[in-house]
Amino acid sequence: MVIWQGLAVYLNSNTLPTPEAVALVFWHGCLSGQLPFHLGVTLLRLVVSFAIAMLLGCAIGIVLGRNKKLDAFFDNWLVIFLNIPALVTIILCYVWFGLVESAAILAVVINKLPNVIVTIREGTRTLDQDLLDMARCYHFGRRKTLVHVIWPQLHPFVMGATRSGLALIWKIILVVELLGRSNGMGYQLHLFFQLFDVAGILAYTIAFVAVIQLIELLILKPLDKKALRWRR
Amino acid sequence: MTDIQIHIRNKTYPAASSPSIADLKLSLNSNEFICLVGPSGCGKTTLLNIIAGLDDDYDGEILCRTGSLPVATLPTSMDGGSADDCLEQSRPPSLAVVGQQHTHPKIGYIFQNPRLLPWRTVRENIELALDDNQSSEVIDALLEVMQLTPAQHIYPERLSLGMSRRVAIIRAFAIDPEVLLMDEPFVSLDAPTARQVRELLLNLWQQRPHTVLFVTHDLREAIALADRLIFLSSAPMQVVSEIVVPIARSERNNELAIESFRQQLLKNHPEIKQLL
Repeated sequence: MVIWQGLAVYLNSNTLPTPEAVALVFWHGCLSGQLPFHLGVTLLRLVVSFAIAMLLGCAIGIVLGRNKKLDAFFDNWLVIFLNIPALVTIILCYVWFGLVESAAILAVVINKLPNVIVTIREGTRTLDQDLLDMARCYHFGRRKTLVHVIWPQLHPFVMGATRSGLALIWKIILVVELLGRSNGMGYQLHLFFQLFDVAGILAYTIAFVAVIQLIELLILKPLDKKALRWRR
Repeated sequence: MTDIQIHIRNKTYPAASSPSIADLKLSLNSNEFICLVGPSGCGKTTLLNIIAGLDDDYDGEILCRTGSLPVATLPTSMDGGSADDCLEQSRPPSLAVVGQQHTHPKIGYIFQNPRLLPWRTVRENIELALDDNQSSEVIDALLEVMQLTPAQHIYPERLSLGMSRRVAIIRAFAIDPEVLLMDEPFVSLDAPTARQVRELLLNLWQQRPHTVLFVTHDLREAIALADRLIFLSSAPMQVVSEIVVPIARSERNNELAIESFRQQLLKNHPEIKQLL
């Protein structure tokens, strides 16, 4: 903060506003409802696309991890989708489905999905066969086996996919909004860029960081703690 | 009431050049306690996995008679319809109609390692093995017998190996199995603990008799437990000899009786020496 303040005063330039200026913009944004609104819109998109990507990704990942033939068939496709630049899928989605909300969500999901699949598939491959045999021998059935035998073993992988996934989705979602939506953080940042409003950009960035910290602190950490309570 | 006829013509692992089991025939009577004795690596675990239905990549069949129901094939076998299959031909034709599910015996399997779910407590581990409609009172009783009641809400990682093994035994007993498979369950336990768990096991078995197949390579342990000993050769696994243990159940704690039977056994059956 001190370095930032010193540098801003020394340079006295529009491109690096002082912390007070940023705080002021942040405060005004909050008061006018602009900042919470755009942040909320982005968060909603994040939650929806994240949920879809994780659910689909876990299901497909487990299936591919347990089925060698399917895995061999889809492996190439997975690598392709994993490496298609995000911008390409976003543009294609908008071109094919129009500048609508579902196209935006779809673009984010397509970008995130291969990532989840690969992580969960690796996790499924490392499942303990001894425990699976035990479950089979004692007639656990599908549901019990999934909930009590497979899922706890996948937990670290799911958390990994969640953390890397959130980071990825944040980044992609802003581009999606910048290109084809008229609200959300990406749209606002684009506006600030055109107005050359660095204070605005920084204020939104701070709001952003705060939200991420809250998610980590209030949701992910407690989940970790609950799931790993059996460890010595 | 469950007796099992086992005939495994051939079991070869995909990567292996020679079969692990070739033309093995065993018959287990109802409520009989049988100890399988054989050198390590001879395929005893493979045999138990086949009986438990965990491994169906073999040629042969396992016939199971439960109560008054007719014989039915247990797990499916690979190319069971081969021409030299005399058992197949001698079976009565009505067998084909008998569904596998109805006569599939309830199997309790105590593995070489306890195989508890580390993320579930002792009690949850046992409860998971029960059927949904089964009362959990049986768990309380078994926990009490195995002296694990105070530990029932602990996670397995905090248990000693001896305690974990006892949990695995409770899990197998709790489902009230018709067949109990035990794969060297007392290995790497210290002698007093092993002895204690062995006695508990016998008590439980006498309270609720069922067919037991117990793998060990400790001859003293086998004599102390079994109605009948079956000695197995190293791969390809075959039956070398079958010996009925005539010692009365009340005498099984008597070290001297067991030791003298062991000496006599080794003298009369020199062929089993190399298997120990």
